[in-house]
Amino acid sequence: MIRILEVVGLTKRFAGITALDAVSFTVEEGQILGLFGPNGAGKTTCFHCLSGFAVPDGGRVIFDGREITGREPHAVARAGLARTFQIVKPFRNLTAAENVMVALGHRHYQGRVALLGSWRGRTTRRQALDLLERVGLGREADRKAGVLPLGMLKRLEVARALALEPRLVLLDEPLGGLSHQEMQATSALIAALRSEGLTVILVEHQMRVAMALVDRVVVLDHGALIASGPPERVRSDPKVIEAYLGQDAAMGAF
Amino acid sequence: MFIALEEIYRVVAGPEPYAFDTVATLVGIYCILTLGLNTITGIAGQISLGHAAFLGIGAYTSAILTTRHGWDFWPALAAATLVAAGAGALVGLAAIRVREDFLAITTMGVNFVVVAVFLYFPFFGGAFGIGGIPAPRWFGEPLGKPGFSVLVTAGVLVALATNLWLLRSWAGLALLATRDDEDAASAAGVDVRAVKITAFTIGTALAGLAGSVYAHYLTFISAGDFGFPLSITILCMLVLGGIGTNRGAIAGAVILGVAPELARPLADYRMLAYGTLLLVLMRWAPHGLLGDEGLLGRALRRQRR
Repeated sequence: MIRILEVVGLTKRFAGITALDAVSFTVEEGQILGLFGPNGAGKTTCFHCLSGFAVPDGGRVIFDGREITGREPHAVARAGLARTFQIVKPFRNLTAAENVMVALGHRHYQGRVALLGSWRGRTTRRQALDLLERVGLGREADRKAGVLPLGMLKRLEVARALALEPRLVLLDEPLGGLSHQEMQATSALIAALRSEGLTVILVEHQMRVAMALVDRVVVLDHGALIASGPPERVRSDPKVIEAYLGQDAAMGAF
Repeated sequence: MFIALEEIYRVVAGPEPYAFDTVATLVGIYCILTLGLNTITGIAGQISLGHAAFLGIGAYTSAILTTRHGWDFWPALAAATLVAAGAGALVGLAAIRVREDFLAITTMGVNFVVVAVFLYFPFFGGAFGIGGIPAPRWFGEPLGKPGFSVLVTAGVLVALATNLWLLRSWAGLALLATRDDEDAASAAGVDVRAVKITAFTIGTALAGLAGSVYAHYLTFISAGDFGFPLSITILCMLVLGGIGTNRGAIAGAVILGVAPELARPLADYRMLAYGTLLLVLMRWAPHGLLGDEGLLGRALRRQRR
């Protein structure tokens, strides 16, 4: 089992608040790791630190044996670590296919080739269409992203992440705002990614669906890691229950 | 084709118009300017309110090299383009560190600073500017009016070709992505910093090229030619035509380039008109006439139904 990701003592502070407090965990290749915790626990901050959108104040991030702590987001993406955003960020004026093509160009953006090669070829379009088919957006290929509904935009984010040919994908609440049917479809997609050898870290609040998907769980609360292990064990950990009860007893997820 | 345009112009312009050649050449220069601004603002989404400064940098570079150092026009043209591009790259670097709204102010500031430099440093001729700029020579003969029309048309074609080629290249896709969402672009592997520098460099290079042609056409330039009002004029042309599109850039330059000639009394109130037009467009028709969701497109679609 390869350790595709090692997070060691990750710390991040924002103006007096410690968003992440010496968080350490590892992820084995081919797993789906659930990164859970109540709102404000630091999950998205953790994603930002892993993907280069935030520079940690302490600690290290080692991806596939290489140190990527504090590297720029585009460098992290090109190294094979992809992410989606909690609040979707489509390229609104581009079509769904073009959205995917932006990420397909990750190899072309380096150096002079960027100015020479064209993205309008058939190969690129074929690749984009294949990725869209994979996430179930094949028919929306030529629609402007700006007019697509949220459920489709969430899947477009996944398609864009996959276009980077990543080894690790960070999914930030991919099920949020989806209908029951859409959730089933997306859940199946995530499971399919694992069977293709991809590693996934999943941040989610839809506990019923998420718990069924993940192989291991890591729980944050107020920036600290309070539990880690297989889902069945973690869900009955008293510290975890208390963290969630304090947040929203009505969630009744566990 | 020029003869036909000239006839139309003569009919429409009424009594005592400016010579067709003058207007055509100036409109051509406006086209190169709007196309260059389209690269920066339309394609890459980087706001630039100081584009006229780069016209000036190109103009002064070319003027100084030819009048004081005996350079021929053609190498001076190349130098003007490069110097303006270099200055643009510096602004691109600034764009990396500042947010949109502050970039607007920064580029405005660049415009004012550049004009002030031209005005106050004797090296640039101060308030008197630079005169006696020689006409370009083509195979030994000085370029006459028709020659300049050809030169300007060539310039417009170069600008257009640059944008079209950029749009089909991976770099162009990176620029479009950056325009829509910088974070998403970064997450997709786009180096947003390189994008900003590239966009400014290309757009200002075109402005520098236009500047050289401008200087040698008018044979006299001064700091006041390249001020903020001209930057607003160019932006207004681009927005009217349809920002983000090359057809819009050209259409806007033609419409607002020719308009003052057709409505001579209103020409004095040009800046009032452009400013107002810009506000009205941004509020009610931000895609202009020929933009992707432009007025003309929407009107035609309504017809079809």
